[in-house]
Amino acid sequence: MLLYLIKRVTLGVVIVMLAVTLLFCMIHLVPGDPARILLGPRATPELIASMSARMGLDLPMPVQVLRFFANLLRGDLGMDIITNRPVTEIVFGQLPYTLWLIFTAIVFAALIGIPLGCYSALHRNTLADRITGVVSVACITAPAFVVALCSLLLFAVTLQWFPAVGAGTRGDVADQAVHLVLPAFAIGLSWIGYLARLVRASMLEVMGENHIRTARAYGLPERVVVYRYALKLAVLPTVTVIGVGMGFLLSAALFTEIVFARPGIGKLIYDSIVTRNYPVVMGSVLISTVLFVISTTVSDLVNAWLDPRIRTSL
Amino acid sequence: MSSDVLTVTDLSVHYRTDHGALQALRHVNLDVPRGSIVGVVGESGCGKSTLIASIIRLLAGNAFIPNGRIEFESRNLLDLDEAAMRDLRGNRMSVVFQDPMSTLNPVLTIGRQMTDIQYRRNASRADKQRRAVEMLARVGISDPASRLGQFPHEFSGGMQQRISIAMALQAEPALLIADEPTTALDATLEVQIIHLLKDLQTNIGCSILFISHHLGVIAELCDYVVVMYAGEIVEEGTARDVFHRPAHPYTEKLLQCDPAGIAAKSRSLPTIPGEIPDLVELPAGCIFKNRCGYVMERCDNVVPAWTESAGTHFVSCHRTQT
Ligand SMILES: Nc1ncnc2c1ncn2[C@@H]1O[C@H](COP(=O)(O)OP(=O)(O)O)[C@@H](O)[C@H]1O
Ligand SMILES: [Mg+2]
Repeated sequence: MLLYLIKRVTLGVVIVMLAVTLLFCMIHLVPGDPARILLGPRATPELIASMSARMGLDLPMPVQVLRFFANLLRGDLGMDIITNRPVTEIVFGQLPYTLWLIFTAIVFAALIGIPLGCYSALHRNTLADRITGVVSVACITAPAFVVALCSLLLFAVTLQWFPAVGAGTRGDVADQAVHLVLPAFAIGLSWIGYLARLVRASMLEVMGENHIRTARAYGLPERVVVYRYALKLAVLPTVTVIGVGMGFLLSAALFTEIVFARPGIGKLIYDSIVTRNYPVVMGSVLISTVLFVISTTVSDLVNAWLDPRIRTSL
Repeated sequence: MSSDVLTVTDLSVHYRTDHGALQALRHVNLDVPRGSIVGVVGESGCGKSTLIASIIRLLAGNAFIPNGRIEFESRNLLDLDEAAMRDLRGNRMSVVFQDPMSTLNPVLTIGRQMTDIQYRRNASRADKQRRAVEMLARVGISDPASRLGQFPHEFSGGMQQRISIAMALQAEPALLIADEPTTALDATLEVQIIHLLKDLQTNIGCSILFISHHLGVIAELCDYVVVMYAGEIVEEGTARDVFHRPAHPYTEKLLQCDPAGIAAKSRSLPTIPGEIPDLVELPAGCIFKNRCGYVMERCDNVVPAWTESAGTHFVSCHRTQT
């Protein structure tokens, strides 16, 4: 267990460092000098040079990367070059919006997708199963931003059931919840289909295993056999997939936040790229990567918690 | 009430396969008299597990039963609806399955599984656990109380097999069906389990349908023996008759392969030269002709009749009919 955690943390650090270095390279490839953009078209070359120096952009790239990591160790992600507020403050201010969005989307997808998959598996090859199958595949292939745009047009503009933009008034939980519905739907829809297919497949496999025959041979009610004896095994792959799919979820969240003009990490990355606000870009990408690493680890731990065989091997 | 707990009459079971219907059981007749132990022997692939699965009606999805009756406690199981059938399982009949490593649920504790199956008993949780502990102790698991919280993978194969046996015994059924229950056990333990089964049978008066490829165990435990070959019953009689005066060449060969007594168990499965015939395209005549040392002209196209060789000893072989 301890060894596992050490391995995981080391791997996480490596992933984060790679991501950050890669991003540095990409920033340098993107045309447009941040200092020039920040200062506007009428800035003098001297002003631009001094701004570049202040932002550390005049240093060679490896030095910039090292400096970034050195600061990171002190918990310092630098300053927002526009508002001059610490980047950590900005990123952590936006993080909860994204986390809530992802969480809601996944819970929504799991609450519909898992029972749907179970139902399909238990009613294999019936009409309902086939319809679920077709709809699931259609859902999987629908990109989040298309769903976001369509649902925005239909439910917010035409039908006006839900608000179109923003995250709701701060402190007003009901208002915030209403604002979550469409974005979470946009992200979660393809996951409903995905989870339904996945749970159906693993449920079918588990139901054919010998221990299920044993449970039946003792006359256990079918409800107990399915929901207590089989489902616990059948959701194991789902947990892994959700953990690993965190990267997709994050990128889906990014698009969705832009479409719905919702605050959040995705919107933050977008806005800061547009304004070449690189410290904020770096900070938000770093946090997203950490989030990704944490979520895969958490899914492993949840799996271990559900499956005693993994628990002993950790 | 008939004197038999279980009467299987003219039972055939086929599996749908890509090549056609695989006739795993053909016109099988079998009686398990009340309070007796009946053994079924035969190589693997003879249809032993299929027979069990059809008795508890948990056959694979591609199986179908073209004909037959399975009468259990005077009711034809093939006529019962699912609810009535479920009511019998783990109650009036219980099964110890082959392959102990996969028969228990890997993510639930032993204690949980052993108490769950007592759901019909109107007893407290502690009471059910006490019963589980008692059963585990009876099958020779040391310190059973502390092991209730463990998961199947924390036990060896032999231990898991003993747990399966404990679960089946716990049900105190009228009919206990055991599919090669001692295969994963060492010889000493095998003897213990055999004695345990005998004890149980005398204590609670259940009947046992015992399946094994180990003839020594069958000889020790069973009153009657049924020899199966390629989905048919080829010989049947008292253990004494079948083992001392085998009437079918197949039984003879089985005995030659595994002459060991119960104490000195041979580890290997009996191996007889040749193979079981294709069960999709069945050969004409006697089913055993391609492996038989006494094959005659008649064997080629005439199916041998089921005949009495002496008293309660039956066989289907042309050799005994001349
Ligand atoms: N689900 C199935 N589909 C097709 N054939 C099967 C299936 N189950 C068993 N069989 C075949 O039926 C025959 C009898 O198998 P089985 O009852 O398991 O024999 P045994 O228990 O004596 O080893 C074998 O030829 C086996 O391959
Ligand atoms: Mg078998």
